[in-house]
Amino acid sequence: MEASFSLSWIDYTIMLIYFVFVLGIGWALKSYMKSASAFLEAGRSLPAWVTGLAFISANLGALEVIGMAASGAKYGLATVHFYWIGAIPAMIFLAIFMMPFYYGSKARSVPEYLKLRFDEKTRGFNAFSFAIMTVFTSGISMYALALLMENILGWNFNLSLIISALIVLIYTYLGGLSSAIYNEVLQFFLIVVGFLPLVIIGLINVGGWNGLVDNLSPEMGHSWKYIGAEHPMGSWIGIVMGLGFVLSFGYWCTNFLVVQRAMAAGSMSAARKTPLIGAFPKMLLPLLVIVPGMIAIALLNMGDSGFELPAKGAGYDYDLVIPMLLKQYFPTGILGLGLTALMASFMSGMAGNVTAFNTVWTYDIYQSYIKPGKSDKHYLRVGQITTIVGVLVSILTAYVAALFNNVMDFLQLVFAFINAPLFATFLLGMFTKRTTGHGAFYGLLAGTTAAALHHGLTQPEGALSLIKGGWLAKVHVYPSEMVQNFWTAIFAFGVALIVTIIISLATKRTKTDSDLKGLVYSLTPRTVDDSKYWYQKPETLAIVILVSVIVLSVIFW
Amino acid sequence: MGLDIKLPIGLMFTLLGVLMTVFGLITSSNAAMYQKSLNININLWTGVVMLIFGVFMLTLALIKKSGGK
Repeated sequence: MEASFSLSWIDYTIMLIYFVFVLGIGWALKSYMKSASAFLEAGRSLPAWVTGLAFISANLGALEVIGMAASGAKYGLATVHFYWIGAIPAMIFLAIFMMPFYYGSKARSVPEYLKLRFDEKTRGFNAFSFAIMTVFTSGISMYALALLMENILGWNFNLSLIISALIVLIYTYLGGLSSAIYNEVLQFFLIVVGFLPLVIIGLINVGGWNGLVDNLSPEMGHSWKYIGAEHPMGSWIGIVMGLGFVLSFGYWCTNFLVVQRAMAAGSMSAARKTPLIGAFPKMLLPLLVIVPGMIAIALLNMGDSGFELPAKGAGYDYDLVIPMLLKQYFPTGILGLGLTALMASFMSGMAGNVTAFNTVWTYDIYQSYIKPGKSDKHYLRVGQITTIVGVLVSILTAYVAALFNNVMDFLQLVFAFINAPLFATFLLGMFTKRTTGHGAFYGLLAGTTAAALHHGLTQPEGALSLIKGGWLAKVHVYPSEMVQNFWTAIFAFGVALIVTIIISLATKRTKTDSDLKGLVYSLTPRTVDDSKYWYQKPETLAIVILVSVIVLSVIFW
Repeated sequence: MGLDIKLPIGLMFTLLGVLMTVFGLITSSNAAMYQKSLNININLWTGVVMLIFGVFMLTLALIKKSGGK
């Protein structure tokens, strides 16, 4: 393949050093893994800056690095909406309003919170769907890594898959959640140091920010200015409500993969600061993941740059933006560093899913339904064995992904349906005591159904297969798949909200006020933050982040 | 957890920083190699930045170990 790289001893040495450290961290943590809590919850002992960086890094996997660069190449600067209107407000909401309940309730997982707040069936629904989703996501991450290694380095697909799985298995088996979190922090710094030189050189080449914008079509250089019905990201209502509110709050506030990082913090104050500390680098990540996509297109438009992006169908293979830029600018040496950063991001995406799967399986499925009341040693052992099983199932799903691409698309679609209404359940559950278990459960089911129905009745423009929607009828056509997703989420959330309220009002409360203490806003004493100075308080940090995001949005309007 | 994460981060970045700085220095006369990176010795620069960051992290870890809380 034309994208192949030639690596020398120095590149391999850099990769090797990274792997030695990754495994070494797992090894060094081994002796602390004496209880299930140490293994699955990192003993709730980590400082806020560590959990904060892990919080965003667990997410900085294959999907974000490759996907956001591809999106930057396709849609330009408007992709920042995933950050500035999407992730950041949701992370602030999680820190200020939701963390006190997650951390203060002593729940060990998000499904367990649902059990404490509502009932067994709501927990079961969330635990099983989450467990299946995480192993599949981890499998997809693995598949993407092995495919990339095969395409750009010419490595054997099977061998890359097995070796990367083995490395993840070893360090998560040895050090559990702490090991995954520590490696996420290491990976975060590696990604910055590996990708920032790429962005700097790329920007110099296209003539700085102004040169970049001059070489792109006008709408690609703005975040808000060209947003409207004609834009591939759709109208501002879909962006603000669908992406900003439902999808982002649903993801960042209820997905145990990220919430678990905050719950591993050493104190309530540290847990609340976790998403806030993560928000500072998160706000600047577009520079590392979106700008490369824009640089790639500017280079193609310039014509004389010598940069090539392989074709795919009628357009380009946008997923190859980062690898092709690495090839364009990086000589041997830093090339090894850039590739290591890329591999690190894939592997920690995998490890994050494996550790979240572990905790939910051990606490919410095994301890709840299979064998309750066993000793702590027993659950520690189960957690360790689950790590092995989780990685093995991920390998299996990676091969399923390799064989049947459509199966993966289909599953991701189903997960999207299940996730869309979840934030309605949490919002009503955390902020009103009247919401009942029946209301929550049937609201979730109704919301999931509404998502599926909306998908079945609408289609993105130019859709070729029914997996993109319209399998019932074609009532409405959206300008792109992304806009369709935003509206699927809005409908699912709306239906879940209404159904949960109606059924809650029609059914009796099964939990008394004292049962719900620490779980519901009105029944919980306000959290008093123990930070020494005013500028360390979560509220102060939240305001600083909000102002910064607004300033950034205005500058890049 | 008993392990201070600043220690492995500091060690790894110092090690990689030294490696890349030295590699950047020995290849600095190789103009053909750095044509790709617009004639910037990207290995040297990145190496130096990594080295500074690594030593900074190591210092913090050692200060914490010897006396700090």
